[in-house]
Amino acid sequence: MQVATEQGQARDAESPLDIRGLTVTYGEKPAVFSVDARFAPGVMTAIVGPNGAGKSTLLKAALGIVRPVSGQVKAWGRPIAAGRARISYVPQRASVDWDFPTRVIDVVLMGQYRQLGLLRRVRTRHMEAAFDSLRRVGMDGFAERQIGQLSGGQQQRVFLARALAQGADLYLLDEPFAGVDAATEKAIIDVLKDLRSKGKTVVAVHHDLGTVPEYFDRVLLINTTRIAEGPVAGTFTQDNLQKAYGGRLATAQMSALA
Amino acid sequence: MMGAEFVALSLPPILIGIFAAVACALPGNFLLLRKQALIGDAISHVVLPGIVGAFLVTGVVAAWPMMIGAGVAALIAVGMIEAIRHLGGIEPGAAMGVVFTTLFAAGVLLLEQSDTSTVHLDVEHALYGNLESLIWLDGMGWHSLLDAGALRGLPPELPRMALTLLLVIALTWLFWRPLTLSTFDEGFARSLGVPVGAVGLGLVIVAAIAAVAAFDAVGSIIVIAMFICPPAAARLMTNRLEVQIAWSVTFATLSAVLGYVLAGYGPLWLGFQDAVSAAGMIATVSGVILALAAVFGPCRTRAGTA
Repeated sequence: MQVATEQGQARDAESPLDIRGLTVTYGEKPAVFSVDARFAPGVMTAIVGPNGAGKSTLLKAALGIVRPVSGQVKAWGRPIAAGRARISYVPQRASVDWDFPTRVIDVVLMGQYRQLGLLRRVRTRHMEAAFDSLRRVGMDGFAERQIGQLSGGQQQRVFLARALAQGADLYLLDEPFAGVDAATEKAIIDVLKDLRSKGKTVVAVHHDLGTVPEYFDRVLLINTTRIAEGPVAGTFTQDNLQKAYGGRLATAQMSALA
Repeated sequence: MMGAEFVALSLPPILIGIFAAVACALPGNFLLLRKQALIGDAISHVVLPGIVGAFLVTGVVAAWPMMIGAGVAALIAVGMIEAIRHLGGIEPGAAMGVVFTTLFAAGVLLLEQSDTSTVHLDVEHALYGNLESLIWLDGMGWHSLLDAGALRGLPPELPRMALTLLLVIALTWLFWRPLTLSTFDEGFARSLGVPVGAVGLGLVIVAAIAAVAAFDAVGSIIVIAMFICPPAAARLMTNRLEVQIAWSVTFATLSAVLGYVLAGYGPLWLGFQDAVSAAGMIATVSGVILALAAVFGPCRTRAGTA
């Protein structure tokens, strides 16, 4: 018992993102209610739950993009503000206006804002890092394109390239596979697995239950409150899914998954 | 036309017109992309109660008290707009519409009820400004530009507007990255620790400073037009923000020069007797430029429809 506690404390300091009792409300109704989640380092975790379960909100509140009512968020055992340089966030593609007058390369360079600051000049190494990120997502031929001319899948890859350009240790992705073509899905999952192989931590809000066991190591099931968290094998069960989705998932669908 | 008479009568108003137009167009680019373009309209309306209030408090028609009054009114309006947005949970356009019509109406009432009839303070002045009257009596020719004594006789609006423009340019340059980043992707900017709220508020305050300074010199018609028309026309010319800014400055300058010249000489060329309002003509020219850009601009298709 004593050993277990010590191990627990050691993991605590290591966890790239540790969320305690996080509650967020939009108006009267809580979107996320008292959720605890400690994401394991060096693995890929899926956040899964029905529509409106607070998956995106959980990520946004953890990053301080929306203000939680209560709760504590720590990155590597320290306040989130201290860890920002090591965290990459990939928002939902639909959250920005793709008519914005800018090019692909300019968007990727935004990922290096913390290095560039207000006035530091964009140097060769910044450009090289940006082009390298574009190459990793297979978009290096599109650097000069206006972002409005890209397909949905290409836009998603540009967002991932921007996150890669940050050179972070923790990657938080909000629905990275939503509305993308099969080639893009493959390209993105390859990049994420590559990040994992380099010891990085990946957390993604994911909506396609069918690919959870194939893509991810661990899963966090939420529906406003936390339902279950753990390795996919023991956690992504018919029982837990039933709890998270209620009657919204047909039994046939469930047995196909679990 | 380009001699001594030009330096004394036309050069100061043209320069003031250019400075005012560019100072409003620069923040206008970002307001447009943030879908807050109407905030320029809002600010230029709410300066009226501010100016009347300043007059009632100080009892004099002087530039500085009025500019301070206008600035205070603009900040109050921005605060009211933000409060209505957040407390009422409604879109920014509606909040601005409610605030600026109410405050402008309050300004008109205040103006009518108070004893301002004896001084030159009226709605017409607020709308059109007095660009044509900003002349330089000491300007005897181009050589006067090097004469310190003569330069002191310049209309005070000119150095004031020039300073305002410099301030706007300096702040746009300094905060370019956080400004573009938080305009394009607010969530991502927040995840990097960019103080998105402060950046947005700073932009509105700079717009308010530009609007108040320009309002004093050239009236609110130009202010409203320059916040929207040059940036909107510029957006239709390019798909890059840096280039869009350059186009907007070009269009603002072109509107000011062409508008002033057309107002002064256009009616004469057409055989009429009197000149027309320069402010009105400058705003009209900017509208015509926008119309031309909307019909012929190279970047008119929206994403996904190309």
